[in-house]
Amino acid sequence: MDLVSLSGNLLYAAFILYLIATLFFGATIRQKDSKVKKKGISGNIAITITILGFLSHFGYFITRWMSSGHAPLGNMFEFVTFLGMAMILAFIIIYFMYRLSFLGLFALPIAMLIIAYASMFPSEVAPLVPSLNSHWLYIHVSTVAIGQGILFISFVAGLMYLIKEIDQSKRTSKNTWLEVILYTAFLFIGFIVITTVFNIMGYKATFEYQEGTQMVTTEYHLPAIAAPNNGVLITEEVMEPWFEAPTWMQGADAGRKFNTVIWSVFSGTIIYLLTVLILRKRVGAALQPLLRNVKADLLDEIMYRAVAIGFPIFTLGGLIFAAIWAQIAWGRFWGWDPKEVWALITWFFYAAFLHLRLSRGWHGEKSGWLAVVGFGIIMFNLIVVNLVLAGLHSYA
Amino acid sequence: MNKIKCECGHVNPEGTVLCEACGKPIEGNQHIDGNDKKMLLNMRYEGTARRSQTYRKSFIDKVWSFFSSVKVGVWLIVVALVASMIGTLFPQSQFIPANATSRDPAIYYEDQFGLIGKIYYQLGFHEMYDSWWYLVLLGLIGVSLVICSLDRFIPLYKALRIQKPKRHETFLNRQRFYSETEKVSQEEIEQVKAKLKKQRYKITEENGHILAEKGRFSRWGPYVNHIGLIIILLAAILRTTPIMFTDEYVWVREGETIVIPGTKGEYYIENEQFLLEMHDPDDDRFRDAIASGGMVASNYQTDVVIYKAKQDIPGAEPELEPILDDSIQMNKPAKFDGYTLYQSGYQQNEFRSMTFKIHETNDEEATAIDSFTIDLFNPESEYILDSGFRVVLDQYYPDYYLTDEGVPASETNYPRNPAFVVVVYPPDASEPEVSFLGIGRNIDATGENDYKVAIQDFDTHYVSGLTLRVDRTLIFFGIGAAIFMIGVIQGMYWQHRRVWIHPKADGVLLAGHTNKNWFGLSKDIEKAIEQTNIKMVEDRQELDK
Ligand code: HEM
Repeated sequence: MDLVSLSGNLLYAAFILYLIATLFFGATIRQKDSKVKKKGISGNIAITITILGFLSHFGYFITRWMSSGHAPLGNMFEFVTFLGMAMILAFIIIYFMYRLSFLGLFALPIAMLIIAYASMFPSEVAPLVPSLNSHWLYIHVSTVAIGQGILFISFVAGLMYLIKEIDQSKRTSKNTWLEVILYTAFLFIGFIVITTVFNIMGYKATFEYQEGTQMVTTEYHLPAIAAPNNGVLITEEVMEPWFEAPTWMQGADAGRKFNTVIWSVFSGTIIYLLTVLILRKRVGAALQPLLRNVKADLLDEIMYRAVAIGFPIFTLGGLIFAAIWAQIAWGRFWGWDPKEVWALITWFFYAAFLHLRLSRGWHGEKSGWLAVVGFGIIMFNLIVVNLVLAGLHSYA
Repeated sequence: MNKIKCECGHVNPEGTVLCEACGKPIEGNQHIDGNDKKMLLNMRYEGTARRSQTYRKSFIDKVWSFFSSVKVGVWLIVVALVASMIGTLFPQSQFIPANATSRDPAIYYEDQFGLIGKIYYQLGFHEMYDSWWYLVLLGLIGVSLVICSLDRFIPLYKALRIQKPKRHETFLNRQRFYSETEKVSQEEIEQVKAKLKKQRYKITEENGHILAEKGRFSRWGPYVNHIGLIIILLAAILRTTPIMFTDEYVWVREGETIVIPGTKGEYYIENEQFLLEMHDPDDDRFRDAIASGGMVASNYQTDVVIYKAKQDIPGAEPELEPILDDSIQMNKPAKFDGYTLYQSGYQQNEFRSMTFKIHETNDEEATAIDSFTIDLFNPESEYILDSGFRVVLDQYYPDYYLTDEGVPASETNYPRNPAFVVVVYPPDASEPEVSFLGIGRNIDATGENDYKVAIQDFDTHYVSGLTLRVDRTLIFFGIGAAIFMIGVIQGMYWQHRRVWIHPKADGVLLAGHTNKNWFGLSKDIEKAIEQTNIKMVEDRQELDK
């Protein structure tokens, strides 16, 4: 087996191990009195399997590095996979601080969703462009990912807090918002499912369109609902597009990305509706009983602690190391590139979070919403800014 | 000043909420920290007298209170955050793509994004981060930082120095962690003390009253990090001055030596060669990716020699002394005497020289009778050829275009689209013939020429684009960032934990406070009171709804 396929298999193994670990974390729910059996057997097994998964994941990273000759942090697949690894690492660290098994039940599936999302991007080992050829890039990207991984734990704890504490007995604006948050997870699932299905079918349709002063082509791997603006379908015997992407959708492959979003919303919504139909209640309401045995103020504590630990690391990686690299590569440590601005926005946001936490009024539920929004900003930077508001760092 | 004397004997400044020494709530001031409505005391600033909360009459007092409010600070941060977001909605003017139909912002935004784009442009959001109000916003954050830090730091510092182990009872029983135990032996208390010491608490005692404290220095974290931020903001202001910051862009052709702009004529650069290297498409590792995504550059490099000009006699040609021989690459700038040169771009489409041949107009094969080469950077006015032809270069347009009036002209001085008017003097006839030559153009002015001149060959070269920077503010940004990091780590990774033990009759009151990580403090207390009768503290957290 060559290194590249070994690396791919290790990633696959990590994914399976995380799945098994989640099941074991799930088994801890049945231990009635979580206080007495704090160090219950299934919790120990679960964290051991998680660590094995992490090691396998790390093995993926190292073998891929060995095969390409550069740290695999150069494109969307590689970065998001690494982010998934950082999330798992952050979970392991926080687990040993607080020994809360339930955290694993929520953190692992969401991290797995991120890893599955990563694998939808082209995963060939790609050569490095000159601007990325710097040790500072590795230092910057890996530190950012670790910071974001820890902030992710704050999101998970915040989300758990909201699921636990928000009244589900009747429909309110709060539990509707919570449902919207859970629904976005289904959009990711929809994206993953639909992309996988058409990839297996090997679907392809090519369009030609004008971009600025040049003619370019773009290849769709999902049937075209939305064609590129002024695009002409070249491939024969495939589905005709229903409409064109609006003019203001700019940038490379804007039409194709728009089409992907439409498909994700479409399939995600169907999966969500099916889930609700089976559960016969809101997803949030269905999850609530799982958290019966968890103490709300411990969740609040973890959520805040994770921000306190993650914020300095994020600052170091996302602003300071980023600036050092930009200074060496372009001679300017700050350039108001959209990616940089969004790192600044994230930083402002968590600074505001920390200041609000200084007053009692913002503990608990309000912090929970903030933790969710903060992670929303991080994901926005990762997905929308990378793929839409393309800048220098764009991986698309 | 209306000093307040507490029953413990300590004299507190006006506006104090909790006695600096014993912590007893001072009557009449409890509304300041909101203690009057709560069971628990607000410990954020130790109940110290802060200027912002004490003096609120004069205009200066009002400004001070305004800027020292965390609420205002958070609002400023949130406004800056929202403004930054809006700025990324559409590309900022500097990022308008090169292949856009028009790079003029007045046209681009409306053309691309319709009405919203037009409004975006008219509100000036296309240059958001240079706009005066964005800078004012950052300035206000700075002012707020300074004032709020001053407002709190000094009183907090004093209060933490003065604090006594002996605290008033109400101070203890209004803490979040609290327990009362009826019967406790002296040995047990000694045991707790020893265990706290083992956990690196510093113990102070006064008549059996015990204060165990650790991590006090972490309380200074926020002030340290704010100092770092202020230094960064000051550095940003400094950077707008030309002494501290220079930014120039220079194009250098291969083989050319030119003065570097922005160095006051002191330094010259020679571009020995420019290299553009590609990843090997047959490399096993990358074959798939290159096949699907196209060729990928692996290196942009300019081999340069930097010279320092020695000007002995004013006005004379300077003497150039090489001081640096370097290869500038992306991520590998060249440095000399405080200047830094970065590889920033290149152009491929410039011609270096063109070779023309002369043949008979009606020769279908176009066999060359003779040929000549024009050096586009140093054209000669006349070329005398071996075969007896003489070619006079009448006009040279390095970057040819036709003006609206139909007059030929040159757009730039760089040979990107060279065109010529040449006069050919054949050896036999005395009548000269005029031709217009360009790329894809060959115009015979009279239509009666016997000889035709045609492009036979050409030579192109690379032009390397280099950015010159002097940034003397980097050091300040570096110091600011380092101080900021020290401050946040100090404030976030350590916590100020305190445990009070207050003897009462046969038992004790036990209370604990920390500025964060209550989970950690409760573990500490749990460990300390293990195997004693002392009751574990109760967590009485009060959340505001
Ligand atoms: C973007 C700018 C800012 C950043 C990154 C920042 C960062 C921080 C951090 C990390 C803390 C520590 C919080 C904690 O320990 O939980 C802090 C505390 C604080 N900040 Fe800021 N800050 C900023 C701006 C401001 C402004 C404008 C004000 C003005 C009102 C302010 C007032 C405070 C105060 C009063 C504290 C609490 C100090 C204490 O613990 O007693 N900050 N800041």
